[in-house]
Amino acid sequence: MRTANSALRSKDLLGIEQLSPEDITLILDTAEGFKEVSERPVKKVPALRGQLVINLFMEASTRTRVSFEIAEKRLSADTLNFAASGSSVEKGETLIDTAENLMAMHPDMIVIRHKYPGAPKMLAERLPASIINAGDGGHEHPTQALLDAFTIRERLGRLQGVNVSIIGDIAHSRVVRSNIHLLTKMKANVTIAGPPTLIPMDIERMGVRVVHSLQQAIQGADVIMMLRIQLERQGKLTFPSLREYYNTFGLTPERLRGAKEGVIVMHPGPMNRGVEIASDVADGPWSVILEQVTNGVAVRMAVLYLLGGAHMGGE
Amino acid sequence: MNVKKRLLDGARMNRAIRRMAIEIVERNRGIEDLIVVGIRSRGVPIGERIAKEIEQMESQPIPFGILDITLYRDDLTTIAPQPVVKPTKLPEPIDDKNVVLVDDVLYTGRTVRAALDALIDFGRPRSVMLAVLVDRGHRELPIHADVIGKTVPTDANEVIKVKLTETDGEDEVLIMEK
Repeated sequence: MRTANSALRSKDLLGIEQLSPEDITLILDTAEGFKEVSERPVKKVPALRGQLVINLFMEASTRTRVSFEIAEKRLSADTLNFAASGSSVEKGETLIDTAENLMAMHPDMIVIRHKYPGAPKMLAERLPASIINAGDGGHEHPTQALLDAFTIRERLGRLQGVNVSIIGDIAHSRVVRSNIHLLTKMKANVTIAGPPTLIPMDIERMGVRVVHSLQQAIQGADVIMMLRIQLERQGKLTFPSLREYYNTFGLTPERLRGAKEGVIVMHPGPMNRGVEIASDVADGPWSVILEQVTNGVAVRMAVLYLLGGAHMGGE
Repeated sequence: MNVKKRLLDGARMNRAIRRMAIEIVERNRGIEDLIVVGIRSRGVPIGERIAKEIEQMESQPIPFGILDITLYRDDLTTIAPQPVVKPTKLPEPIDDKNVVLVDDVLYTGRTVRAALDALIDFGRPRSVMLAVLVDRGHRELPIHADVIGKTVPTDANEVIKVKLTETDGEDEVLIMEK
């Protein structure tokens, strides 16, 4: 009995693009059930007991990896972390060989972060395990968009009709791509803003409004999502200096005066205080940044749970 | 599925629930440290009604909680799709309390096994009692109910359908045949 809103249709979570609004709602509803688990005296349920989850992080990550690992442990899965440095990857092994070797040890799920877009899809097509994309290059970061949506829904009670402004380095951000897919599917209104050099051409085709000043982006927004300026990309002349970026696009308490009453400020982390966001905002009453981190565990538990039994069904 | 027999109508269900409430108080020798916990989903309205009956009898509020046992099921890896998970809500710590678990139908005992595991993750109750509206037999685990609304011998190909005003618009218990 596989109905539209009681199961995910795929064995994998590769991106938001492939999900239906019903899938998204199912994941968010399920995450509500899981949020309570993290508040218990015994923060553990036996749902994935005996399942092996491999965290294959081929690119640096702290928050996402830790969040997945906590989610896996709270579901009683066995977890194994595999990082690129200090592994066979440094000896020249290809991703497929690495994955097939890991597969020979019968994991049930593989959580993968990779610098190349499409790496999770390549694994999903070759391996029987469920693949969860934890960020692939500039492509997608689906669990981040899901936890952002969960936080918005929890705070504002809905996604439909909510005005979300996403500000910063749009061009290099997989978080933005996943968020735009998710928010437009759920009928939220998305506005993006940033220096023209950091906004891809034709981004309007994804169903978003583009503005070029912070004031315009703040005005009327229910949610302001600040993106990290990727310091490692400095020197590529996308904007003159960090100081100038802060003066033009940095979110400060003064600038938030033009915002709607009750606006919430989000950031996927890690933050550059004093570049895209002022400390007074990051730590201020508008900020839900740490709630996002808490919700990340619940959302990842929901995804792991929903995919966990799927491929074993009927055995 | 055909209706084979109407086991309880609304009035008889109410009487059964009232008697269950009395039995619970008697067995517990009062209402001290009592918590009523309904197992999702139909154990919740039945548990609420039992708690309300006890409150009326004893003129004192009874803490009421909701237990979701989905994640503790023993068939999670063999059924697809995964059942929907909802939060567990307990009104206060259950340590040293006398917990009354409430469900609609006691059948194989597997739900109760899962509920006991779920409950123990929240603390160490002084005692746990099981109250069910219908006991239909066919146990697969060494579990029994302490307080029973109605005992009915059934065939394995029969289904007990409990309908409640809160979830189904009316109160009745039917025996259906597959």
